[in-house]
Amino acid sequence: MDLVTRRVRGAEGIAGPLLFLEGVPRARLGEIVRIRAGGEERRGQIIELAGARVAIQVLEETRGLAPARAEVTLTGEVAALGVSRGMLGRVLDGLGRPVDGLPPPIAEARLPIHGAALNVTRREKPADFIETGISAIDGMNTLVRGQKLPVFSCAGLPAGRLAAQLVCQARVRGGERFAVVFAAMGAPFREYDAYLEAFRRAGVLDRTVVFLNRAEDPPIERLMTPRCALTCAEHLAFGHGLHVLVVLTDMTSYCEALREVALAREEVPGRRGYPGYMYTDLATLYERAGRIAGRPGSITQVPVLTMPDDDLTHPIPDLSGYITEGQIVLSRDLDRRGVYPPIDVLPSLSRLMGLGVGPGRTRADHRPVADQLYALYARGRDVRRMAAIVGAANLGEEERRLLEVADRFERELVGQGDAFRSIEDTLELGWKLLAPFPAEALARIPAAVLEARRKEAR
Amino acid sequence: MTGRLVRIAGPTVVADGLAGAGLNEIVWVGEERLLGEVIRLERDLATIQVYEETAGLALGEPAEPTGEPLAVELGPGLLGSVFDGVQRPLDALAARQGDFLGRGARLPALDRTRRWELEASVRAGDDILPGAALGIARSGASAHPVLAPPGLGGRVAEVRAGAVTVDEPVVRLVGGAEIALAHRWPVRRPRPIRRRLAPDVPFLTGQRVLDCFFPVSSGGTAMVPGGFGTGKTVLEQSLAKHAAADVVVYVGCGERGNEMAEVLDELPKLDDPRTGGPLLGRTVLVVNTSNMPVAAREASIYTGCTIAEYFRDMGRSVALMIDSTSRWAEALREISARLEEMPGEEGYPTYLASRLARFYERAGRVETLACGEGSVTVVGAVSPPGGDLSEPVTQCSLRATGVLWALSADLAHRRHYPALDWSVSFSLEAERLRGWFEREAGEGFGALREEAMQLLQRERELVEVAELVGTESLQDAERLVLESARLLREGFLRQSAYDPVDASCPPRKALEMLRLHLELHGRAANAVAAGVPLRSILEAGLGTRLLRLGSVPAEAIAGGAEALRAEIGQAIARLEAE
Ligand SMILES: Nc1ncnc2c1ncn2[C@@H]1O[C@H](COP(=O)(O)OP(=O)(O)OP(=O)(O)O)[C@@H](O)[C@H]1O
Ligand SMILES: [Mg+2]
Repeated sequence: MDLVTRRVRGAEGIAGPLLFLEGVPRARLGEIVRIRAGGEERRGQIIELAGARVAIQVLEETRGLAPARAEVTLTGEVAALGVSRGMLGRVLDGLGRPVDGLPPPIAEARLPIHGAALNVTRREKPADFIETGISAIDGMNTLVRGQKLPVFSCAGLPAGRLAAQLVCQARVRGGERFAVVFAAMGAPFREYDAYLEAFRRAGVLDRTVVFLNRAEDPPIERLMTPRCALTCAEHLAFGHGLHVLVVLTDMTSYCEALREVALAREEVPGRRGYPGYMYTDLATLYERAGRIAGRPGSITQVPVLTMPDDDLTHPIPDLSGYITEGQIVLSRDLDRRGVYPPIDVLPSLSRLMGLGVGPGRTRADHRPVADQLYALYARGRDVRRMAAIVGAANLGEEERRLLEVADRFERELVGQGDAFRSIEDTLELGWKLLAPFPAEALARIPAAVLEARRKEAR
Repeated sequence: MTGRLVRIAGPTVVADGLAGAGLNEIVWVGEERLLGEVIRLERDLATIQVYEETAGLALGEPAEPTGEPLAVELGPGLLGSVFDGVQRPLDALAARQGDFLGRGARLPALDRTRRWELEASVRAGDDILPGAALGIARSGASAHPVLAPPGLGGRVAEVRAGAVTVDEPVVRLVGGAEIALAHRWPVRRPRPIRRRLAPDVPFLTGQRVLDCFFPVSSGGTAMVPGGFGTGKTVLEQSLAKHAAADVVVYVGCGERGNEMAEVLDELPKLDDPRTGGPLLGRTVLVVNTSNMPVAAREASIYTGCTIAEYFRDMGRSVALMIDSTSRWAEALREISARLEEMPGEEGYPTYLASRLARFYERAGRVETLACGEGSVTVVGAVSPPGGDLSEPVTQCSLRATGVLWALSADLAHRRHYPALDWSVSFSLEAERLRGWFEREAGEGFGALREEAMQLLQRERELVEVAELVGTESLQDAERLVLESARLLREGFLRQSAYDPVDASCPPRKALEMLRLHLELHGRAANAVAAGVPLRSILEAGLGTRLLRLGSVPAEAIAGGAEALRAEIGQAIARLEAE
């Protein structure tokens, strides 16, 4: 026992990802340890202290680890990440180590990755929007700076393509500085290769930090990846005043890792085997979105998740929905019909839209146009369902017009493909879809707005 | 007596050497002196739930019991404040620690630098009862009644004059006991009362569908279950702004930081129509967001409730809003799991039902110790997993509360807000409150309410029929029911939280609106029966007029209703004549 560096030779036992030690003086909950065994070095974190016994969660694969031969060094530090502006343009692994062949970025600060809760009295409510170039988001479910707005996808839908598109295209208006932190959890080669290729092609790597936790990396590392990404984002946002968009994908891999680790610890499982504290755990990630009074930057989160079995009530989308401020829902039906991005506007909602749109932010006609399109589209969808029963031939004139607007809305406004569309172009397209309707049918648009529009047209 | 930590796991720790400690006693944990509470004792081993982050604690660090249970400080300066779940003042914490919450800071809940002048209503020689009013403490524009703590009464020996801080004694009793402006009270112990009063006065929410169809009494309890995004928070916040209460205690329990930032941004800007001052001046916020320590989340509802009871004891009507009780129950579950207790349904501890029931029992309209009348009305949001109401927290709450305001994902999805599901919701108190509404809102209230409910019920039946045979095969009289029910839903049940006028609706206005809806329906039904085609009635466009009543100010409603009534009468008479 080396008292100065606190080193222990030989562990008592090992079970799955857990390593047990005895007689470690002054071990601290959450402390990071280094484990040397057979020429390999692994990292671990102390998760429980009971009597003389210390339980360590090993962050890497434990296969082949011989406890008797392990040498464990306590670092005295909780899990932390060196952060700096120099991380922009870099590709890092799930724990923040470079995988792009370059030396590690020189750290400006070392911060605990678990972060601390923002004092609510210092929070500034979200405001202003992030332009994603995607009409179904910008026009109908605006993403507001400081918001957390997840994408709910289903297996086989192009969520990855959408995530990449967000990273490549998103921007803020008004010349403020903008950056993206992208974290992939449990990504297979096919996926992360495509991401990196897309970022390179779009030339956005310089304003992006990439954290890559690959499918083959141990699940426990997956639990650290979003925390590393958010720690980096906090430094860029609140240390350097950037508006930071954090894209986390796929949160389903993250939650599965959480479940796997909890079961390995023999914790009592909750709903569908996920731990009872999953809500709290996810909240400690999602709540790191926000703005701080008196500081220029912001953190906006778009977590992407795959709903197992397409089930919205599955704990992963359900608990996410209970924490985030709305949701963007992808639809299998639209995808089948070749609509990309296949965003179903009806169940989608940006709860904070009101804080990001309107005069001075987007345009005065934004909210009314969005509300009107939503109402007509919802009725159009009803008519479509009815038409399937009574036959399109038996529809009245108004119903036919509604059906037509629903089709065009999906094809033209939602199904824009990979192109960037500015918010102005989105709203103009919206007006075009409204054009066939008489003023009486556009009850959601105040008369003054309609009048202004007519004048402009003349 | 100081113990040593022998086990540390998440938010709970175990210390030995604490044989003399009591259950629920507060303990300072570790060198940083984190706040903890004893939740289990076995021989000299105490299990402690820690109200702050435990990362960084080491075995062998001290655990020092204080001899006191978890308590809150009650006195001048509470109104307008923002506390965490164990009543730490978040403003003062930000000033000391910066933007992010740190650990180990011990700050008094009430400002120790502010001075108050007591305008005493008692004099030396007076006999006072425990809980009696002693006078008004004033500081700038703030005025705050001062109460003797429950359990402390007797003959006044001395009343001290001059400006004092909240912890300085202002009254000395014969025998030496001293009373300061503020006192402490343990959060898990209900404050004593003289007796409970019958629930026959409503707690007016300003929401038509609630006040008219599913009223809760002042001192009653209502639960608001609903899946995510169904409008629980918007409803709780509308009530916090518009409900007829003297004081609102809002507990953000395990929910979002941004929501609270919005509240903190809005409340100072909104006026309280009752006092003219900012709404924040009648509000106390207890905020333990989802990312703050989970043990403090468990405590937060008791902290809020004790503060609410304190204002009740001054004779105020208090609304205690909790968003969300499910997050409280989950905190309970997490701590129970750490204690390795036998889990009950869905992993919740078996005592979930009794804890919830005991908590809701702290609501009530009461005669206070000082012989005044005060009330605490509790509105608790419930967030059932997957929106499924069969889960334990919803089911336990159903047994503990008197009113169910169920929110429906289907209605929210169709942007019908408040998304209150009228076919599932109920009020066990509606009958007892009927008398009040007949007296105060207007005669015929009860009958109109039943008629409206029947109309909605008829609609449901007809929709089922129409789904089978198509709308075309319905008679005009039946289609009229569908049309009138639609108007009722859109023009009466629906209420915009964002329209400055419609956001809150007093019962008289609601009654007037309801009466018009049913009168139009009645007149139209007669006309249809007399052979007037439904189409020509619809073309008269009377319905759209009803839809706009929501944004007519309450003062103008009587006149507006009279005019509309006349118009309806003429239009229908003309049609009947044709
Ligand atoms: N009365 C209302 N008027 C207008 N919009 C509403 C109303 N109630 C809810 N909404 C809309 O629904 C959204 C979600 O409402 P709210 O935040 O109250 O849901 P919730 O039930 O608290 O959800 P969660 O359980 O996730 O916290 C709001 O952001 C708003 O867009
Ligand atoms: Mg809510």
